[in-house]
Amino acid sequence: MTAAPREGGLSNVSLHQRAWNIRRKALLMGEVQGQGYIGQALGVADVLAVSYFHALTYRPDDPEWEGRDRFLLSIGHYAIALYAVLMEAGILPEDELETYGMDDSRMPMSGMASYTPGMEITGGSLGQGLGIAVGMAMGLKRKQNPALVYNLMSDGELGEGSTWEAAMSAVQHRLDNLICLVDFNDQQADGKTTAALAQVPEEAKWAAFGWHAQRVDGNDIDAVVAAFDAARALSEPKPRVIIFDTTMCKGVPFLENREITHFVRVEADEWGKALAVLEEGKPQ
Amino acid sequence: MTLESMARKYEPRPTPMRAGGGRLTTSAMIASLDAEGYEAVVAPFGHALVNLARKDERIVGLSADLSKYTDLHVFAQAMPDRFYQMGMAEQVLVSAAAGLAREGFIPFATTYAVFASRRAYDFIAMAIAEENLPVKIVCALPGLTTGYGPSHQATEDLAIFRGLPNLTIVDPCDACDIAGMVPAIAGHDGPVYARLLRGRVPQVLTRHKPDYRFQLGKAQLIRDGRDVLVVSSGFMTMRALDAAERLAADGIDVAVLHAPTIKPLDTATILAEAGRGGRLLVTAENHSLVGGLGEAVARTLLEAGVTPRFRMIGLPDAFLEAGALPTLHDMYGISVARVVEQIRGWL
Repeated sequence: MTAAPREGGLSNVSLHQRAWNIRRKALLMGEVQGQGYIGQALGVADVLAVSYFHALTYRPDDPEWEGRDRFLLSIGHYAIALYAVLMEAGILPEDELETYGMDDSRMPMSGMASYTPGMEITGGSLGQGLGIAVGMAMGLKRKQNPALVYNLMSDGELGEGSTWEAAMSAVQHRLDNLICLVDFNDQQADGKTTAALAQVPEEAKWAAFGWHAQRVDGNDIDAVVAAFDAARALSEPKPRVIIFDTTMCKGVPFLENREITHFVRVEADEWGKALAVLEEGKPQ
Repeated sequence: MTLESMARKYEPRPTPMRAGGGRLTTSAMIASLDAEGYEAVVAPFGHALVNLARKDERIVGLSADLSKYTDLHVFAQAMPDRFYQMGMAEQVLVSAAAGLAREGFIPFATTYAVFASRRAYDFIAMAIAEENLPVKIVCALPGLTTGYGPSHQATEDLAIFRGLPNLTIVDPCDACDIAGMVPAIAGHDGPVYARLLRGRVPQVLTRHKPDYRFQLGKAQLIRDGRDVLVVSSGFMTMRALDAAERLAADGIDVAVLHAPTIKPLDTATILAEAGRGGRLLVTAENHSLVGGLGEAVARTLLEAGVTPRFRMIGLPDAFLEAGALPTLHDMYGISVARVVEQIRGWL
């Protein structure tokens, strides 16, 4: 599938290629620090590719342009993935890639609005993004600005009570300009998310709260595109959520099979191996 | 609640009777502050916000099911399309306020001080203060202004919030302070936590100093005196002024320096006054003695090497009793009579 027209012109780079580029940049950043939340970055790369190269409207040279769609990274530790897509989108310069996580870098390990162009909020204290998204969606409506607010959160954040305060609030205030993206990889710090706090039935829970809910394979780009399109095309005055089932470390099979993947341990000599494996799967 | 008082829960209590017969009634109902001898203004916060919002379209109001009890209902009724009822959900109250500020608005978010400081703290810290967003958090029932007990008594809110970088903290004394504070904090480009007196709010400061006007970040001398300097905030400035009048009758001359901005503290004015010859310095606050105005003043003095004799009036480091406010203010040393008694005892 070819990427949609952007502010600033057509692209003939495929979404599969974009996702592959995001994975490669994330691995290169991980290699710089010898660590990082690479499992999440590889897992969410397809969702980010569709977000930034199919769904969102923005101007790469003007990250604070009033007409942009807002993309909130509630999960601060996914910053490595967002930096990769911001570079791919031309919002961050690619030649800063090797500063990732270093002193005085614009790309700290956990995402912060004050450090990075294109980083809308300071995430990291999990369960805050959706509430901020609610306020931004209210503010956009007040200004009659048709931009959309996307909030990318993790399945673990579904355990925070504040997420559900925000979920009720979005329905109460009929925020049809709010799209919540949930990366459901079923991994959190101590193990499986579904083993930590009752999560099922995930999409029915959102629907019961009054949201338009979809659940798709987050590593199937065509399915991700279709879900974004359905969420954006909806005319009902309600907020929308898409739950993406993703596989941690997607695209690097020897890492996908590691048991603990919240903070996946990658040995010094494995970064090169991972990049080589990724190279084998490069889209034609 | 102390262990001792917990043990008393099995003791039966007689109905209290008046000396001349009939039941004695005291009430713990949430009520306006008692302020004998002062004229009162109704809902100064709500009216000031409406006046400001008529001139500034960026002002919006939010409440977590406490608009009626934070005087924000005045704003909600006057400008319903600029008011957001957020329900009983303090975390999304402040997060949504942060989001509105990100989109260029100046949100005034109201709840009780206990809920903002204890329940919504992380959201105020990360979504608002770390981002230096111009959200104004205005909270009723600061310190000991309700007899409902610890669930409603925010006796440590200043201690909690003083540690938060970027946050400006205001503790107004009266209706005049509140009316002046609203445009001042809206004009400050950053987050603010303001303690609120609501309902019928006394007009205190202009009676003692007719040209008094609230200034953000400034402490102001309301009355001068040779023997004692009281540095106070919130309604304790009213207590200090009333106590000063009573002590004057005994020939004790008390100065009152009102410091409604707790952070950043007006250290220059405090040091200048504290350095003026040999007076006992007393801090007075409607807050725990831990982490409030008194400790902030003490640090200021010590760091500057200005060391007058120093005493603190404030609430004990304890969960306080339920009961009627006048009873509790007497019990915990923040009534006029107890302020007079404490100052006299220290001279």
